Amino acid sequence: MKTFTYARADSAEDAVKAGGRFIAGGTNLLDLMKLQIETPDALVDISRLDLARVERREDGGLSIGALVPNSDLAAHPDVMRDYPVLSRALLAGASGQLRNKATTGGNLLQRTRCAYFYDRAMACNKRAPGSGCAAIGGFTRNMAILGASDHCIATHPSDMAVAMRALDAIVVTLSPDGDRRRIAIGDLYRLPGTTPQIETMLAPNELITAVELPPAPRGAQLYRKVRDRASYAFALVSVAGIVAMEDGVIAHAALAFGGLAPMPWRDPDVEAALIGQPASTTAFEAAADALLAGATSQGDNGFKIPLARRLLIATLRDLTGDAA
Amino acid sequence: MQFTINGERREAEPDIRASLLDLLRNDLGLTGTKKGCDHGQCGACTILVNGRRINACLTLAVMHQDDTIVTIEGLAEGDALHPLQDAFVRHDGYQCGYCTPGQICSALGMLDEVAKGWPSHVSPVLDTVTLDEAEISERMSGNLCRCSAYPNIVDAIADVAEAQA
Repeated sequence: MKTFTYARADSAEDAVKAGGRFIAGGTNLLDLMKLQIETPDALVDISRLDLARVERREDGGLSIGALVPNSDLAAHPDVMRDYPVLSRALLAGASGQLRNKATTGGNLLQRTRCAYFYDRAMACNKRAPGSGCAAIGGFTRNMAILGASDHCIATHPSDMAVAMRALDAIVVTLSPDGDRRRIAIGDLYRLPGTTPQIETMLAPNELITAVELPPAPRGAQLYRKVRDRASYAFALVSVAGIVAMEDGVIAHAALAFGGLAPMPWRDPDVEAALIGQPASTTAFEAAADALLAGATSQGDNGFKIPLARRLLIATLRDLTGDAA
Repeated sequence: MQFTINGERREAEPDIRASLLDLLRNDLGLTGTKKGCDHGQCGACTILVNGRRINACLTLAVMHQDDTIVTIEGLAEGDALHPLQDAFVRHDGYQCGYCTPGQICSALGMLDEVAKGWPSHVSPVLDTVTLDEAEISERMSGNLCRCSAYPNIVDAIADVAEAQA
């Protein structure tokens, strides 16, 4: 590990002015620092800031402090009752030990687990901009089928962020100049394009302080994840689904996907194919067609296209109960 | 910097890059906690910090000023083994034993999580926990045993959980 300076911040305001990489849970950053994939000159320890509370908002939604550990969030009574898709997504990720350390803010910003990003002997535009992408034409089983570019085909690894995308979460940040921003989670992430090293729209030293959830959505919620092992593995494909039926038709649908793309994926065309339709195989297949219209196989990951289709249809069947 | 380890106040001046695992093993002579993968994948380094199980390899020692740390060395009372240690012996919950300190510390933290009512990925409902074999396996999935002593590890933990219930 390259050496660095270390300072513990006493407040969020101090942290953003300190000019270093933020560290809280550290489970992803330290992993990458040991491999010298991340080599920060300065670490700013934010782990003791007062950002670990879950609070009810005036509008009936929830405010989740950026330092709330994944395990506490999954087991929070309000989250289990009103946002079970979020509890389920969190519980589907990592291990008990990691969830005890990993934070809400850090989970959103975790880096890809692409094997070529992790291997410093390999070309990777995300790790070393301009060096190329050894994943393209390589072993592509885990790579993206949506949203990738000729410069990067890595996927975003988070389960939590997929549920938050379906829940229309808002990411609250603090900038060094004192500005606070509220960013829709769909706007937080950037697709790789020609600059895969830039993964979010956050500015340097901008700190995520909280994540806000709107009031509990109507309808049923499910998180389904397909992976190579029954536990403790990243998603090959996952779906966070929220569907409400009214008068025999789908009145509300929110569907977000993990394992498919460089960001937690959500496509309005998928939901448009469902809303106003009775729950039926025809409607579900139309939704899957919409999701996968732009899907591209890199070879080894071609199986994700039928897998995503089947997972979406099965999840929609479960969400709509006996209606289909 | 100072912290409490196994009930004892300790001081150390760790290298800024040292993980809590390296501090325990190299600076404090507490070699019961094992280094397996050093990347949070195997769980051999599992310890309790402020009552919660974590991977000691994935946290910087300098971030633990004033924390309360429990390692495998802190579980027995004199010659009297902790119930989990005793159960692992009785159920033959190991072969080579390298993962065992991490398994036992992880099980200790896990049983506390169950007592708090925390659900898991395999819980049929979120608000009630019944600790069966599937639950134990899921909750212990962050601890690998390359000898594959898993059935006996699960039995040992189930034994202690039943005794506590």
